[in-house]
Amino acid sequence: MSQFISYIKTFTLWELLKGLSVTQRNFFRKSVTLEYPDEKTPQSPRFRGLHALRRYPNGEERCIACKLCEAVCPALAITIESNVSDDGTRRTSRYDIDLFKCIYCGFCEEACPVDAIVETRIHEYHMEAPGENIMTKDKLLAIGDKYDTMISADKAADAKYR
Amino acid sequence: MSFVVDFFVGMWDALPPLVQYLTTVLSKVLLVTIVVILVVAFSTYFERKVIGSMQGRVGPNRVGPLGLGQPFADVIKLLIKEVVVPSKSNRFLFVIAPLLTLVPALAAWAVIPMNDWFVIADINAGLLYVLALTSLGVYGVILAGWATNSKYAFLGAMRSAAQIVAYEIAMGFALVGVLMAGGSLNLGDIVRAQAGGFTQWFLLPLFPLFLVYWISGVAETNRAPFDVAEGESEIVAGFHVEYSGVAFALFFLAEYANMVLISGLTAIFFLGGWASPFEGIEFLQPFGDIAFVGWIVSGGFPWLFIKIAFFMYTFFWLRATFPRYRYDQIMRLGWKVFIPITIIWIAVEAVMAWMHVGPWSGLTI
Repeated sequence: MSQFISYIKTFTLWELLKGLSVTQRNFFRKSVTLEYPDEKTPQSPRFRGLHALRRYPNGEERCIACKLCEAVCPALAITIESNVSDDGTRRTSRYDIDLFKCIYCGFCEEACPVDAIVETRIHEYHMEAPGENIMTKDKLLAIGDKYDTMISADKAADAKYR
Repeated sequence: MSFVVDFFVGMWDALPPLVQYLTTVLSKVLLVTIVVILVVAFSTYFERKVIGSMQGRVGPNRVGPLGLGQPFADVIKLLIKEVVVPSKSNRFLFVIAPLLTLVPALAAWAVIPMNDWFVIADINAGLLYVLALTSLGVYGVILAGWATNSKYAFLGAMRSAAQIVAYEIAMGFALVGVLMAGGSLNLGDIVRAQAGGFTQWFLLPLFPLFLVYWISGVAETNRAPFDVAEGESEIVAGFHVEYSGVAFALFFLAEYANMVLISGLTAIFFLGGWASPFEGIEFLQPFGDIAFVGWIVSGGFPWLFIKIAFFMYTFFWLRATFPRYRYDQIMRLGWKVFIPITIIWIAVEAVMAWMHVGPWSGLTI
């Protein structure tokens, strides 16, 4: 009997019609596509994108060249050299991040005792020439200055969870 | 205005009859070819939209309004690309193979009746002509696979050859049933035999043959789920793996022209071609003469177009739904399922015609 039913099902294309009905139902369902350059998904304040070096509100650099980020970096992407600045404080003379090596793990941000190095929400950037992958101290500070409001807001939003 | 019309009518009458005849035929051929190529172009767009919707995507929407410019962008891209001829290939066959697939696909349109009076060649052996030309297309595929001198292409060609041979037989037998019911080899006469509403269509009495013909048609055009000849997950792109640019565009065009052709033939053989499904209904008949909408009742090219569009949609629907058949399953389905079914149904049909029951009661054997 069961074999008879299976024959009936074969010759009426029962299973095939079931499959077709699934695709047909999905045909009328709304598409889930997000048209990226025109529409964007919401981002978390913890998003780890392009790096930036921050300053204190009085304009002083936060970074004290403790080299904890350099030590913790699993990809060895950070290179730091330090000396003593004019006002007698310990400062970096060189702070390079190689974006090709960086894996955007966020360990540098976690390690930093003064919240100097941060990863911003910027993820749409590109390089046009060899060497532009090295983010120098000047470039990192410039990003920090430009997106200061966004970085501060993100840090404030995340502060209560740390 | 009338003297301008008179001038052109006079010019036309002054031409020798041979020139008049050639002009008429050539303009018909040109019209059909251009329409077929346009339909092919937009069916690629239609396919991507339909499959996109079924997979929760939107499909092409960047080129022009609603992405309608996409087919033209694709064509321009393919025309600009370089045609790379592999150094160890047979150059002559490599170049001629795409033409050999495209030409039969377009030539078969010569006998397809678009409505009651428009058909390029109203020949009495139309059905045989169509069968012959649809099987000719496989030579292009085999030659392409062989001339490329690549293992993948050769495998694709061999698979395609075996598959088309297997399904050609089932297709031929299915058409024998249509032939018996229609009583003619002329495609126009087959449609006229189905006049009188959708109850008179061969779809109902020949339903098994309809299924066999349609599935064989899908296999014949190497479309999913029978696309082992291309089988991109197994043999890269099968027979056209080394083709690029215009040569690839010709294969692409031929595949879609074949799909439209199979859709049109299925509509003509089983769904009454240009005939309207409302023909048998008495009180609707007076509306048949109204301009622009009268075709809904009295039939015409729009009905054929709607039926072709439905079958094209089914092609895409099948592709979005089913995974590819295994090669031995394809052979089993073709030889051990379809051919017996068609033979049995032809026998049933013959007995019914002999006993004067069913829609063939008027047929004499």
